[in-house]
Amino acid sequence: MPSWATQRIHRRHETFIRWTLFVCAALSVLTTAAIIIVLLSNAVYAPGAKVAFFERVSLREFLTSTHWKPRDGEGGQFGIWPLLSGTFLVAFVASLVSVPAGLGAAIYMSEYAHPREREWLKPVLEILAGIPSVVFGFFALKFITPWVLKPLFHLVGMDVSVFNSLSAGIVVGIMVTPLIASLSEDVIRSVPGSLREAAFALGSTRFDVSARVVVPAALSGILASFLLAFSRAVGETMAVAIAAGGSPLLTVNPLRGSQTMTGFMVHASTGDSAADSISRMSMYAVGITLFVITLGINLLSGWILRRFREVYQ
Amino acid sequence: MSASPASGYVRSSVSFSSGGDALIRRRLLMSLIFQWVCRLLTYASLAVLAVLLTSIVWNSLGRLSPSFLTNHYSVNPVRCGILAGIWGTFWLVLLTACFSIPVGVGSAVYLEELARDSFLVRVIKVNLSNLAGVPSIVYGILGLTAFRPLMLFLQALFDGRHAVNVMGLFRVRLLKLEIFDGNILIGAMTMSLVIMPTVIIASQEALRAVPSSIRMASLALGATRWQTIWRQVIPAALPGIATGVILSVSRAMGEAAPLMMIGVLTVASMCPGGIESPLQLITDPTRMLSVPFDQFTAMPVEIYDWSKQPDPEDRFTAVAASGIVVLLVVLLMINATAMIIRAKAARGLKW
Repeated sequence: MPSWATQRIHRRHETFIRWTLFVCAALSVLTTAAIIIVLLSNAVYAPGAKVAFFERVSLREFLTSTHWKPRDGEGGQFGIWPLLSGTFLVAFVASLVSVPAGLGAAIYMSEYAHPREREWLKPVLEILAGIPSVVFGFFALKFITPWVLKPLFHLVGMDVSVFNSLSAGIVVGIMVTPLIASLSEDVIRSVPGSLREAAFALGSTRFDVSARVVVPAALSGILASFLLAFSRAVGETMAVAIAAGGSPLLTVNPLRGSQTMTGFMVHASTGDSAADSISRMSMYAVGITLFVITLGINLLSGWILRRFREVYQ
Repeated sequence: MSASPASGYVRSSVSFSSGGDALIRRRLLMSLIFQWVCRLLTYASLAVLAVLLTSIVWNSLGRLSPSFLTNHYSVNPVRCGILAGIWGTFWLVLLTACFSIPVGVGSAVYLEELARDSFLVRVIKVNLSNLAGVPSIVYGILGLTAFRPLMLFLQALFDGRHAVNVMGLFRVRLLKLEIFDGNILIGAMTMSLVIMPTVIIASQEALRAVPSSIRMASLALGATRWQTIWRQVIPAALPGIATGVILSVSRAMGEAAPLMMIGVLTVASMCPGGIESPLQLITDPTRMLSVPFDQFTAMPVEIYDWSKQPDPEDRFTAVAASGIVVLLVVLLMINATAMIIRAKAARGLKW
């Protein structure tokens, strides 16, 4: 039996460790707080001598103007719409690629593939997910645009720019496909086997079982994975910064160049304007927009997952 | 009830030719088409991966050579190399691992083993899942804005003019350190924040896989909570933690967006601390002292810069592709290590 004194030392020791580890865990909350404070104090209201972005440009101009010309002095125009349209155009194309590919792969791996086939398919998809974003940017700019899109659209007599949203959207779609595939596969596999067996017993084909029983049963999780992938596409940076170019145009033509919110932020950070100039501060306004949009989509995804989850015994 | 709800794999007993009825025949055909569409979509992803790798290797053929690994940046694409990027990435990932592994694993241990279900703990858990979805470039803004004042403070402290009084006995003159903007320390701190949520979540999963009977047995034998965690739970979860942590840290290696934000060099003609070969780590170890405060560039940043070179003759394409090959080979080696650890652990202990 340890003596009274050792027990007390033990207890103190344990309390100390407990608090140290608690501080580690609390750091993540601190990070979130720091992000929000940094964004707000530079975009909305700056204490001290600094002047925040929205103290110089009205929120009204930011949300209604259709031109994004982040210049210091005369002629600067700060309407977020061109960046928003660029971002959502890329994310939309990415969804067109990743939703069918990801869902198809998820259904195939959980419903059709032999367990041994699945065993090697999954790691290969993980490799695809682990390839850095810059690599996909290079792939879009040096392969997809010149070797796939240009010849393809040349056939129908259309011209493709060197920098275009379509190639950026395609590679971002490829990047998020493994995310959809693995998340959707998890929820599809958690649909109990008894449901499938019941459907087979009623004379369903495997298509009926997959498309009318399993997928509807897992629908909330599948939708949640689509939304997560969409938010990832919105926040995707380097691939888009390379492939989509740097011209903030309000356009829905995917064959032209565009600039996304993330692309602008990279561009602004590499520029050599002064730290408190308005063109530099506009980065924070774009940053807060990006943060709010991605957070909103993620929260929506979590809400759908909880609200519409089917619970089986 | 059902034997294996985890797997929907069932060999269909109905064959295509058995249906006599036209309706059944049509439904079976539909099913077959669907199966092939799904299979095609799955293998299309693999085909894309193959095309991606082939096109990169093909493009790199003009430049990839040993001299690419040992040369600095040059405006001449034939001589341009990635040495500064390799060393920059090495130091960055090393420091990032030093910051993020203790804190990340510590958080996971707290959340899984020690935390009671309080309001604060629930806030931490919800926050964690949301933090994992924040785009990395937003962390870059945080690093740019929040860590720079810290560096300015250090700059003022280590300009060679200050001294500290040690307990009133003697004075220690602070050495002169050159502290640059956008240095490795800021980069590593920012990158640690980027990968922290994934490190924590991966470690949590590994800890959760340790059966509670281990904990109960240890506690029943009179071990304290911390003794149980330190001597039983963590060793048992270590392979899982190692795999997850290695994969998360390797993400830091390919991440360029936060680095672009904090303003690392895109063109660097010297390595951090002037260390250009592993031999110098032994012959001149004092140089390592200045590494964290030195400017740097990283492999993905260089690749970005080379891909964007406005070059009508497209001469930098081969350079960029060669950089990608180097980056991918390093990543592949790291991921292979993680997979080997995972496979070994799966063969070892079984509960």
